[in-house]
Amino acid sequence: MAAAASNPPDVSPAEGGARLALVGDWTLAASRRLEDKSQQIVDLGKRREFVTIDLSGVSHLDTAGAWLINRARRNLAGERVGVALEHARPEHGIMLEEAAYRDFEAPAPRRVPVVVQLLADLGRAVADGLGEFYRGVSFLGEFMAAMAYVATHPRHFRLTSLVVHMEAIGLRSAPIIILINILVGGIVAQQGIFQLLRFGASSYTVSLIGILVLRELGVLLTSIMIAGRSGSAITAEIGSMKMREEIDALRVMGLDPIEVLIAPRVLALVISLPILTFIADIAALFGGMLVSWGYGGISPAAFLSLLKEAIALHTFLVGVIKAPFMALVIGLIAAMDGLATQGSAESLGRQVTSSVVKSIFMVIVLDGLFAIFFAAIDY
Amino acid sequence: MTSHAKHGSGGKPVGDVIISVRDLFVGFGDKLVMKGLDLDVYRGEVLGFVGGSGQGKSVLTRAILGLVPTRGGTIRIFGQQRDKLPAPERKALEQRWGVLFQNGALFSGLTVKQNIQMPMRETRDISPRLMDELAMLKIELVGLKPDAADKFPSELSGGMIKRAALARALALDPELVFLDEPTSGLDPIGAAEFDDLIATLQETLGLTVFMVTHDLDSLYSICDRIAALADGKVIAEGPLGTLLASDHPWLRAYFHGVRGGRLAAVIPE
Repeated sequence: MAAAASNPPDVSPAEGGARLALVGDWTLAASRRLEDKSQQIVDLGKRREFVTIDLSGVSHLDTAGAWLINRARRNLAGERVGVALEHARPEHGIMLEEAAYRDFEAPAPRRVPVVVQLLADLGRAVADGLGEFYRGVSFLGEFMAAMAYVATHPRHFRLTSLVVHMEAIGLRSAPIIILINILVGGIVAQQGIFQLLRFGASSYTVSLIGILVLRELGVLLTSIMIAGRSGSAITAEIGSMKMREEIDALRVMGLDPIEVLIAPRVLALVISLPILTFIADIAALFGGMLVSWGYGGISPAAFLSLLKEAIALHTFLVGVIKAPFMALVIGLIAAMDGLATQGSAESLGRQVTSSVVKSIFMVIVLDGLFAIFFAAIDY
Repeated sequence: MTSHAKHGSGGKPVGDVIISVRDLFVGFGDKLVMKGLDLDVYRGEVLGFVGGSGQGKSVLTRAILGLVPTRGGTIRIFGQQRDKLPAPERKALEQRWGVLFQNGALFSGLTVKQNIQMPMRETRDISPRLMDELAMLKIELVGLKPDAADKFPSELSGGMIKRAALARALALDPELVFLDEPTSGLDPIGAAEFDDLIATLQETLGLTVFMVTHDLDSLYSICDRIAALADGKVIAEGPLGTLLASDHPWLRAYFHGVRGGRLAAVIPE
């Protein structure tokens, strides 16, 4: 029926053009042809005083066909041409009535000069950025208040939930973190040996690996990996719970979503990230040792004794101290972006992207701040 | 395909079989949901489909639409077996039906108007002007205000979402419309309006309507024929009177329970 474009719509003038006989399927299946034929009715009729449109040859009519016939009628009336419809089948008559032509007011697009638009966008971006920072600080406060409440009311502490999230965030990401850190440790060792060999100082490679990995790379790589892996998951989880009104359901039960949903996740991050950082450090040192042995000819025993000279406990602590702060930043950004999700799937995607980008950026900024801080206190 | 109804009594005159399900088996894992189900839907009728929760009403609808794999039996729509058709013909067939999902399933990233234009844009070559006009016409047809056109689904109320989804289902003037619980989640006035709307559209557009519903008022007011599902089979079908007279325990509980009893009281025997 609707799919049968085999019987295309047509207009055949009779009685010298005073009578227009419509034939064929006046349905949307004929698409553009239908619009052309509607225009043809207007073109054929507009020089006359009166036109009769004969519908007896119309085999099928849908709303699009009826609409276009009515549009042609309306356009002819605008040219002061009288129009009569004849021999319409009862069901087509109903259809023509239902699709009577009317104007739909189209909202006029607002035109704004490009410069003004650019300035407005810039201003909005700055205001949004400041608002975001303000909300971030206030969210941190809310989170701290929730933590303080949990600390004073241990019965509200959700141990099961914490363990579940520690498994998802910590345990399940351990293999990939071990893998990338072995690779990066190896790459640093290879480059160190290759570059330092020219000065005959390849044994300093061990110091390079030890200090670089423990102070910076281990914690940085782990944080970036967790921001991409677990931060995105937290945003998506909380965002879809927001979309499905689950957050509202918690609120009306008198439960605080920050305490129920966000505290266990952020806490799991804060506990897991230092552990993962430790694992990452070991993995990167191991990777470095393997490459030093195979590529630089430094035996594991020599590697370990050189490493012992190069690093002290504080080298390791500098890296690990940063981890909980990185975790807090990742968790809070992920949770905040999740809660900012609106109703649409598009919005969820946007929030997840923004959460990952923001938390990776903040992790690197924070690392820079820590570097300045440790340099200042000479640690 | 031109086999005519055997049960013309009571209902209005019926035409061709538009959906014909024979000996259908559908299952998930080791649980069989459809056990040799037979069902016919005739052109131009409103078929109401009832059944207890978890009996598989939605599964049957999804099986007919090809969203759930079947284990046996045949489903013919417009006389064709969908799963045996080559891709282009299957697409052509799918453009002849419209589906209203229970929760609307509007695309959340598009406005109401864009939602309605989606099937037009993707399957037909239509000028933007006509597409806009047709979208506005459908919006008006389903009883939405013109200013709803540029709203996103998240800004609409439940009733408006149902109407917008119906407008999208009707975008290509389908012959066959599937409605999955169209009145669920609407208040009685809204539900009655929606029933009227379906009846009006069915009359003007000549639709065939396959409606899964729990709403006894809808069954009473707009359905020509009712089919009841239990234990993986259609246990009774026919006009409301036939189902009221059935002595299947589930149907008795359904129609002669507290809620159904009130309805039976107002229907002349």
